[in-house]
Amino acid sequence: MAPADSGVEEPTAAAAGLDAESAEWVRALAGTGPRREAALARLHEMLVRIARGEVRRRGPRLRITGPELDDLAYQAAADALLAITGKLGQFRGESRFTTWAYKFVIFEVSAKIGRHFWRHPAVPLDAEDWDRLPDRFGFDPAREAEWRDLLAALHRAVDEKLTARQRAVFVAIVLNNIPLDTLVIELATNRNAIYKTLFDARRKLRAVLVANGYMGHEG
Amino acid sequence: MNGWSALERFLRTDPRDVGCAEAMEMLHIYAELTAAAGPAERRYPGVAAHLRACGPCGEDFEGLLAALRGDGG
Repeated sequence: MAPADSGVEEPTAAAAGLDAESAEWVRALAGTGPRREAALARLHEMLVRIARGEVRRRGPRLRITGPELDDLAYQAAADALLAITGKLGQFRGESRFTTWAYKFVIFEVSAKIGRHFWRHPAVPLDAEDWDRLPDRFGFDPAREAEWRDLLAALHRAVDEKLTARQRAVFVAIVLNNIPLDTLVIELATNRNAIYKTLFDARRKLRAVLVANGYMGHEG
Repeated sequence: MNGWSALERFLRTDPRDVGCAEAMEMLHIYAELTAAAGPAERRYPGVAAHLRACGPCGEDFEGLLAALRGDGG
């Protein structure tokens, strides 16, 4: 479970200004021998507890259950422990050490859930069924006459105004409901890049709908 | 919420939005301030704008907040 001593960055000089508990974590983890081993074991135990809590919190919305969820939590805790010890020198004391450490395990849970959906997609990532669009936004089928033109205009704007990359991301996330973290794996990129692509697509699409009188200018 | 307002909300972008990378970098600071009922949104409006718009980062924030609250944070 415990990674080797090597590979740990030196704690920053700012460690001197940490709260007592955080400073003790940094000293113990940056050290060697039994004290470090004890700190690693304690941290791992905390990370497992946080990871299990997080998968339980997200569980009802996932198609993952029982032992698989528990495995995911343990893997997330193990990977988070490696990340934390490897980046110890980047901890600047802007929060308590444990808050900073918990962030890593939450990110690992997200990434592992994204990977799970990548391996078990509910629909093909590049499927394109525009009939799903009304349901995605909760349009009432009984009032189709009121929104048909709007969604047709949106479809046209997606086809004509977006770049191929923006269109692919829009289709995957909006039409196919693919989790963003799954798309990150599929497209071998990162969350920020996908978000930025979708951000630019949203801005373009809104501008078209505003220009054509489907939405107001405000905001 | 009806379809029009859901679509409008989805398409609306906030120019203050800092994006995922910066929000993830700041998340522990923002979450700890929020858990302590501090002025997180006022101090970091760009992070707040991002967490409102980005589902995955918003989910991570909720998870971190739940961890802190469960931890007496």
